[in-house]
Amino acid sequence: MRAAIAIFPGSNCDRDMAVAIKKITGKSPLKLWHKDTEAPNLDLIVIPGGFSFGDYLRCGALAARSPIIKNIKNHISRGGALLGVCNGFQILIEANILPGSLVRNKKLLFTCRETTLEVQDSIQSPFLSSFNTGDCLNIPVAHNEGNYIANNELLKELENNGRIAFKYKKSSEIETDYNPNGSLSDIAGILSKNGRVLGMMPHPERSINSLHGGTDGLKFLTKSIEQIVG
Amino acid sequence: MKVEVNISLKEGVLDPEGQAIDNTLRNLGYSNFHNIRTGKQIILNIDKTNENEVLKQADKMCQELLVNVVIENYHINIIKDK
Amino acid sequence: MQKRNLELRDINENEYTVQQESNLDQALGMGLSKDEFELICNKINKIPNQTELGIFSAMFSEHCSYKSSKKWLKTLPTKAEHVIQGPGENAGVIDIGNDQAAVFKIESHNHPSFIEPYQGSATGVGGILRDVFTMGARPIALLNALRFGSINHPLTKHLVSGVVKGIGGYGNCIGIPTVGGETNFNKSYDGNILVNAMAVGLAQKDKIFYSAATGAGNPVIYVGAKTGRDGIHGATMASAEFTESSSEKRPTVQVGDPFTGKLLLEACLELMQTDVVLSIQDMGAAGLTSSSVEMASKGGLGMHLNLDLVPIREEGMTSYEIMLSESQERMLMILKPGSEEAAKLIFNKWDLDFANIGKVTNTGRLVLDKNGFEACNIPINPLVEDAPEYDRPYEILQNKKVIKSDDFQSNQTLNNILIKMFESPNIASKKWIWEQYDSSVMGDTILCNGKSDAAIVKIHGTETKNSLGKGIAMTTDCTPRYVKSDPIIGGMQAVCEAARNIAASGAKPLAITNNLNFGNPEKINVMGEIVGSIKGISQAASTLNTPIVSGNVSLYNETNGQGILPTPVIGMVGIIDEVENCLGISAENNNTLIILGQKQNFTEGWLGCSLYQEIISDNLDGAPPPIDLKTEKQIIETIMTLNNNKLLTGAHDISDGGLLIATCEMLFKNRLGLNVNLPKALMSSNSKDHLLHSWCFGEDQNRIIISTNEPDKVVSLLKESLIDYYILGMTNTSSNLNLNEVDTISIKEIYNINERTIPSLMDTYKS
Repeated sequence: MRAAIAIFPGSNCDRDMAVAIKKITGKSPLKLWHKDTEAPNLDLIVIPGGFSFGDYLRCGALAARSPIIKNIKNHISRGGALLGVCNGFQILIEANILPGSLVRNKKLLFTCRETTLEVQDSIQSPFLSSFNTGDCLNIPVAHNEGNYIANNELLKELENNGRIAFKYKKSSEIETDYNPNGSLSDIAGILSKNGRVLGMMPHPERSINSLHGGTDGLKFLTKSIEQIVG
Repeated sequence: MKVEVNISLKEGVLDPEGQAIDNTLRNLGYSNFHNIRTGKQIILNIDKTNENEVLKQADKMCQELLVNVVIENYHINIIKDK
Repeated sequence: MQKRNLELRDINENEYTVQQESNLDQALGMGLSKDEFELICNKINKIPNQTELGIFSAMFSEHCSYKSSKKWLKTLPTKAEHVIQGPGENAGVIDIGNDQAAVFKIESHNHPSFIEPYQGSATGVGGILRDVFTMGARPIALLNALRFGSINHPLTKHLVSGVVKGIGGYGNCIGIPTVGGETNFNKSYDGNILVNAMAVGLAQKDKIFYSAATGAGNPVIYVGAKTGRDGIHGATMASAEFTESSSEKRPTVQVGDPFTGKLLLEACLELMQTDVVLSIQDMGAAGLTSSSVEMASKGGLGMHLNLDLVPIREEGMTSYEIMLSESQERMLMILKPGSEEAAKLIFNKWDLDFANIGKVTNTGRLVLDKNGFEACNIPINPLVEDAPEYDRPYEILQNKKVIKSDDFQSNQTLNNILIKMFESPNIASKKWIWEQYDSSVMGDTILCNGKSDAAIVKIHGTETKNSLGKGIAMTTDCTPRYVKSDPIIGGMQAVCEAARNIAASGAKPLAITNNLNFGNPEKINVMGEIVGSIKGISQAASTLNTPIVSGNVSLYNETNGQGILPTPVIGMVGIIDEVENCLGISAENNNTLIILGQKQNFTEGWLGCSLYQEIISDNLDGAPPPIDLKTEKQIIETIMTLNNNKLLTGAHDISDGGLLIATCEMLFKNRLGLNVNLPKALMSSNSKDHLLHSWCFGEDQNRIIISTNEPDKVVSLLKESLIDYYILGMTNTSSNLNLNEVDTISIKEIYNINERTIPSLMDTYKS
């Protein structure tokens, strides 16, 4: 399993993701620096969370114009798998690798909390093929701009083509605010047309230990990696 | 030449910040206004002297980076020095 | 450098001005007294120029010199076997085993946060992080102790909103979890809020970096952001009361950039992996002045700097402005000669400025050149070693009046009072606040923010075959109303509550960082509050073997003569050997709740100086609850023993609001019920009975509630250790709190009130 993490100035969840991948594969992933113009052949690239370039101009806007992005696009066109988490998702959108927009949370406040994700009826994807539609995962979020929006046309396309990966789901009767950011249709993550690129706001790498966030994140990452390696 | 780029959200895109500002102004007693939209302004100095070329380059910069053309509109003005 | 005939074409007009001799009026304008000005002139044998005067005014400010408190700070216990570095450095350092050290400190940013709440609190976080990583430690957690005015005061919500956003804005962006702290409201803080930020970091025991300059001739290096005109005289502002014109001080507030902070953190830690850093200090209050002077002073050396080489971002900055600027995200280092180029590469990689601005000298003087002239030439000793130290007159006022339960007239049922208490923002859940902080980045947070009495963060990389690893526990505590009533007891109580919180989370208390926030020390009773609380802190810290290793003092927290409640905040750190043994506050079903430290026949609770008294009678009076340090120590040791024997499922200390509040908080998570065993003497009370109220809400100290599913073993151990205990009852799924026949309280209802109090207050405010 050849995995790498793309790191930008201001990325701060890279260590957490590296710890998760090492826990699963036994090997630390490669580190790709934002200025790198060369990258080896890889099975999986992860763009981790954080505040790349301080979130200046727009979240992910400056990172999406870094030299490494060209490499990442080549990797995808070779059929490589790509996961963008939180700021990583924002970068994928700014780089036009995934469609739509991520704007400020509806309540205009940063939010850090647990969420329940429901796996949607989606196209074939190494990230989801080990799960059944309706399966739930408890994964934490921590973001200020996680509100996914799209126009009607795009929303229809995502829905009709099985490109919505996760939606936020009510976890118990008591909870009223199950969607932490007000995203359209409770969308928490979406897939590319070929299903091999996933962008998601929640942090699976923060859920790999029963004492810290539970282990649903570990389950998700493990199954994804198994499918990617094939 | 000094260039001013005014960036605003497209009509129809939800602007919760504008909405929050609207509420506060009303709480302060203002009622004779409507439709607040927030945006941002970027000012830059382009080292060219031909106005058309300056506008053309500013536009290109907007398309490539400064503006999220999916959800934002923009206007470019040349600022004449006194 | 010779002083030539000054000609305007050689030097800009403003620089010319600041190199002129100063006068008494200017000194007074900079916050110095007449005596201090004369002292300065005598010590340096000349009248200082304005730049030199500015440097003195910054170093002599209360914030930098601790002149009113130094005499008393020296009486704090600062030593123990596990202390590697006590007060005097950028942060304190303690040995936590496995060749590792915990580095931590708390610091205030009170005055700037009142003027500009977002930037004031953000830069407070940035500053405390730099104090920790400058010692070579990677920061692993942040906490904050916040005090705001009355919730109904017109400014409060704006300040709460701004401060919380600012703390989150900096901490979240730089990627360090904010895991704990406290937020309180009281009208004494209406005009002076308190924002105390604490940071904890991890380092290798043998790779700690200190700030004393070494080696005459060694290069002095400036790294980080460029210098601008931010916050000039921020240190003197921190040392002065607010008046009507304080709002005009807006331009002097510093602006923080957490992105640059993150780059600086990574660059410094990367450089510290090599062996070229000889000494390092961050530029905090009084910027380049305090860092250069303190580094030189500690090394018994001098410095010669060329200010023309300082990276600046504004045109025409004078030597005065450069020395006093409080631009953020900057560090000063002494490097091994010859290593400058290699070090520069690292900083350039992270897009940070790196400038060789001068040399260490052995003259013992601070010499600064600007525009080809000597802008400053003064001896260093008078700035630090010889800085004034005052022995201000004081009077410790101790309220000894004991309030009895039958002094109350409230005529309210238990249920009504409980509702009122959870409707108070001082007791209600602060979830609205902590959800704005990223508490899980870095993947090591085990318990935080409301789930437990102290936060527990795993020490990365200490997993073994049998355990998930060691953890660091941390908390901040203080009960200002107790300190007001009796500073000595208040000081003791702050330390005891912190230690109780650490122990109730399963950890062993180790050491303290303290933030002493007070009013005007020139007032005899305020000075008494300072001296008294230091005495109380010392006594408790000695008994519990938790020395003070770092801290901060913030004085003059007064507006128009009206001062804050004395607020000596204790930040405490502890260690837990196996992090999976940590304890949260929530009980499980079919658990027995037992109160450690409470006698069987206890009935009359201590209502004096309590939240019950404040909420019911809108007035605080009486002595605070007494503390028995020996008992406190025993309770702490006992709970550690119980936990090591794996007999506990949860623990929660009894503090604000007394045992009924603590009990409810243990039942909330799982919406459990409890049949409360009332003591015999109270079984036939009615719900409005004040004696019953005192039992429920009295704030008697030295008590912790534990939950266990092995009550017999626990009781047996307690009997052996001769600890008083009281069996409160067994949890069930009824969701009702039943006090025998006296009253039944719906836990679900109280839970909902607890959850919605703060959101309903803050969500009506649209920022």
